[in-house]
Amino acid sequence: MRDVAVLGVGMTKFGKHPDKSLVDLFAEAFFEAFEESNIELKDIQALYYGNFVGEMTDGSGNLSGFMADEIGLRGIPAIRYEGACASSSVAFREAVKAVSADYYDIVAVGGSERLYTAGTEIGTRALATAVDGVYEIAAGLTFPGVFALAARLYAKTYEIPLEELREMMAMVSVKNHKYGAINPKAQFYGKLGDLKVEDVLNSRMISSPLTLLDCCPMTDGGSAAIIAAADIAEDLVDTPVYVRGTGQSSAGGLFRQKEDIIRAIPRKKAAEMAFKEAKMTPEDIDFVEIHDCFTIAEIIATEAMGFFEYGQGCYAVRDGVTSIDGDLPVNPDGGLIGKGHPVGATGVSQVYSVVKQLRGEFRENPVKNAETGMTDTLGGDFGTLVNMILSIHRR
Amino acid sequence: MRFADFFNALLEGKVIGQKCLDCGSYTCPPKATCDNCASRNLEAVELSGKGVVRTFTTTYVAPSGYTEEAPYTVAMVELDEGPWIVGRIDLPNEEIEKLGQDLIGARVSIYGKEFPTEPFYPDKKRRVVPMFKVEGLK
Ligand SMILES: [Zn+2]
Repeated sequence: MRDVAVLGVGMTKFGKHPDKSLVDLFAEAFFEAFEESNIELKDIQALYYGNFVGEMTDGSGNLSGFMADEIGLRGIPAIRYEGACASSSVAFREAVKAVSADYYDIVAVGGSERLYTAGTEIGTRALATAVDGVYEIAAGLTFPGVFALAARLYAKTYEIPLEELREMMAMVSVKNHKYGAINPKAQFYGKLGDLKVEDVLNSRMISSPLTLLDCCPMTDGGSAAIIAAADIAEDLVDTPVYVRGTGQSSAGGLFRQKEDIIRAIPRKKAAEMAFKEAKMTPEDIDFVEIHDCFTIAEIIATEAMGFFEYGQGCYAVRDGVTSIDGDLPVNPDGGLIGKGHPVGATGVSQVYSVVKQLRGEFRENPVKNAETGMTDTLGGDFGTLVNMILSIHRR
Repeated sequence: MRFADFFNALLEGKVIGQKCLDCGSYTCPPKATCDNCASRNLEAVELSGKGVVRTFTTTYVAPSGYTEEAPYTVAMVELDEGPWIVGRIDLPNEEIEKLGQDLIGARVSIYGKEFPTEPFYPDKKRRVVPMFKVEGLK
């Protein structure tokens, strides 16, 4: 297996794009990545594209060919990956495996999604296609609902008064909005940067106990990356960022996972796979971009990935451990809550943030001396879980 | 066992599942394989139809196709035989808000209630929701 590195990354501003199609959003992100990759278009041998609900938001499926054609890559193999909110992370991981296996030398990866423009009702139904389509949706289970179920079970299991847990959950929102407000690509750039815990607690109830500010927003956006075999990358760019390890796991419905929904077992498996491949442990990670689709989701994720004991993630937030100047900065780009969550584009946008941080180009909110970062993307109610470790060190 | 069998039985007031003839554990709703050991050596059985609320949430913002029903409370109930199922709590919203976390642990009995289907639901005629009737409330 060959080492693999990222040549270039790109992303659109996240937010509202009623005037840009799924193709427009991907192309915009792609050319930002292309411009910094020092290659020619003909060097790209395949496209790995992630999208979740193009059929429902834009009446469009079969998307990968249109994406490849748009960016001038007519005729190359182009594949769409769907793993709910982890769609482009799945695409990225498959691309890494193909290059690593010596099948391709240079490939393009990315994703795009338009949920903001779709509106709340269609958007909520579209996202709910990721829950069990027979036994969970029947009762009207939504995505905020999934994590609301987890929040109440977390409070009960670890014997934390719900109001106390809600305050610590609110601190996740305060932190991520603080960072999102200074990230020019974020949906809430220049907004909500000085949110208070009370603001989160008192905002509109969506699915009890989660309020609007416990939830990430609906977002339109695109993201892209170009990856290559490490030997090739070293000849092309000054600072290749190496993909040191990846992991992926799966699960069925929430009701099959039972009390494990607060332990996110697929995430534990995916993270362990990534650590093993990278020959690293959680102590080697300088910062993480985590799938904080909801405040409680970030807390559960930090535990399942092995950074904190089960039931302790909430105190790490409260004590500032996950702040930018803490021991483990979590979501310095604002995360899904502050940056936005165009689902199919989210995974590669996390790669974008990690690569920029490691190259020292994330000037608004730099993590000091960051050499190794990790991504975490969750699709559905733990149905698709992807973790990736990136580093400026090859081995 | 087909998904329709589970819901048809629910409308008759029965919760059906499968007993594994290899490991003895129960699977519900039905699956092609035992939820514990992946065996296909399964026998259809009627379960007690009773269980305990393990977690719940009251949904105020519903997806398209469900907005008329909001607010509604979705819960996960652990059946006495072990499996967990998703359904709705059969209590007025105000009472659920008053109970808060105390609703967790409440004993329930289960029945099925028919709702209109929506364009994306697999059953194009109706949508059956497992309803959880809370027992022993004053
Ligand atoms: Zn069995």
